[in-house]
Amino acid sequence: MRIVVCVKQVPATTDAKIDPETKRIVREGTKAILNPFDLYAVEEALRIRERCGGEVVALSMGPENAKNVLVEALSMGADRAVLLSGRGFAGSDTWATSYALAKAIERIGGAELIICGKQAVDGDTAQVGPGIAAKLDIMQAANVSSVDDICPDSITVSRMNETGYDVLKLRFPALITVLKDINVPRIPTLRNARKARAAEIAVWSPEDIGAEPDKIGLNASPTRVVKTEPPAVRAGASVRICAAPSEAAKALTEELFRRGLIRADVREESV
Amino acid sequence: MKIIDEFDRRSYRNVWTVSECAGGDIHPVSYELLGKARELAAAGGCEVWTVVLGSGFSEHLDALYAYGADVIVAVDDARMRAFNDELECHVLERLVEKYRPEIVLCAATSRGRALIPRLASRIHTGLTADCTGLAIDPDSGNLLQTRPAFGGNIMATIKCTDYRPQMATVRPKVMPMPSPEPGRTGRLIRESILASDTLNIKEILQTVERREPTVNLSEARIIVAGGRAMKGPDGFRLLEAFAKQLGGAVGASRAAVDNGWIAYPHQIGQTGATVQTDVYIACGISGQIQHLVGMQSCKTIVAIDIDDTTPMMKLADVSVKGDLFEIIPELIKELNKGGSL
Repeated sequence: MRIVVCVKQVPATTDAKIDPETKRIVREGTKAILNPFDLYAVEEALRIRERCGGEVVALSMGPENAKNVLVEALSMGADRAVLLSGRGFAGSDTWATSYALAKAIERIGGAELIICGKQAVDGDTAQVGPGIAAKLDIMQAANVSSVDDICPDSITVSRMNETGYDVLKLRFPALITVLKDINVPRIPTLRNARKARAAEIAVWSPEDIGAEPDKIGLNASPTRVVKTEPPAVRAGASVRICAAPSEAAKALTEELFRRGLIRADVREESV
Repeated sequence: MKIIDEFDRRSYRNVWTVSECAGGDIHPVSYELLGKARELAAAGGCEVWTVVLGSGFSEHLDALYAYGADVIVAVDDARMRAFNDELECHVLERLVEKYRPEIVLCAATSRGRALIPRLASRIHTGLTADCTGLAIDPDSGNLLQTRPAFGGNIMATIKCTDYRPQMATVRPKVMPMPSPEPGRTGRLIRESILASDTLNIKEILQTVERREPTVNLSEARIIVAGGRAMKGPDGFRLLEAFAKQLGGAVGASRAAVDNGWIAYPHQIGQTGATVQTDVYIACGISGQIQHLVGMQSCKTIVAIDIDDTTPMMKLADVSVKGDLFEIIPELIKELNKGGSL
């Protein structure tokens, strides 16, 4: 069976800075990392391959240097890697990204299973996984916390939600997005890391995946960012309480009451 | 769907919300969405429609009108008791094509965040996740969608000018709960599931309810979160008691979860949940950036720690310096005297 795992290069959050003049994100010179959730996606793909055989293909879209995150997937144990790169892809929003990744998966020859991280930590949208599933018209499960069973034609997973979880059986081909809960990613061995750095990574252009020009990049992206600005600045610790425990507790309760965070009626009863 | 011309653009009308229904109950965020939808519909001079996909929710239809729906599109079918992405997407896709809404708002719950991107991808339109601000641009009539990005380090305003409908998700508790208008009424349109909607859909083997309110981070109005300084599982039992007293949920930093003191569903931060509650009480959390990105959009942040030099103590609106294990029992006592948040 073939498993495609989609990974993304993201800025290390600590480095996310805004240019005070242009109000845009400064990407130059910032450190880039593999999206943390994608580590769990790669690990789960490898574990399923170890159980069922087959191959794991790591897939990404981004600039040339996004190869680095594919090298990381290879060093963990992925069999091969594909990077979608080229001017035509530039400016893609989640719709256009989903389209390009779905086309690439078709070009790879399809996959029984596609695994994505729950979301990328730069955009936090969680839209590309379901977006790919929609384009391929296949079953999906988001927020998977465990893979419970794998059969030749289906996979059974637990999907976490706010009040519990659902156990779902998805017929292949299927797409899942995974949570951190699902596994503990392996540390690449030195030997594998060396091998990965030497491995050839296929770089595909829009033409290579047979993308329709009006469905990729900025032109196919329905959304436009029209403004970015820093969030409203917090005043910081406007109230500092430093007192004996019972005094501190009283002061904090009073402060929350003053801010309208404790209901007045309940307070009055107590007085 | 891409707009071809002005005539096409005008054919998309009304503000829709997708009301979330589970086990016959309507999720409260659905009413918050209706409140926002009313505002947008007033600005655009159109109607508010809400779609309910579920089973056995008929007793709640009056509430949906009272909170602002002019029209309810109801699909009441036992096959929609549990959330099935493919089935709900098929049905919504048909309804959107049939009635052509201009705007679709949906809850950014685990269900909404799986369903709506699938729909947007199918019908080729734009979707903005986790909006904290939604307004109609007075010049163009387009929807201005504001959301935090890069873990709350920037606020981005997004437009979808050439595609319809304009779609956005909103997290629970971000928009205010509107006041209902008892006796307000509207039209009901009943739709059904077609055979074609049920093609290639997954099988739901089991639905398990955890039923502990203290773990439901996304719906809490207040979160009490603990970090490394809680020292162990006993520290979290103390937080649990504190949260119960407040009617809130318990959160945790990655350090606490990785140490096995509390389960992963409680984790807040980059690799856990992102929360936007009214009150966030950080107990012994130093405030590494990976944690801050998950909670810095909360309205009021309180920090309690013995060390007042940490980033969390500096960020907090109210900081309390002292020993957690002495202060929290006192807080529980104080709140017990009368008061809940």
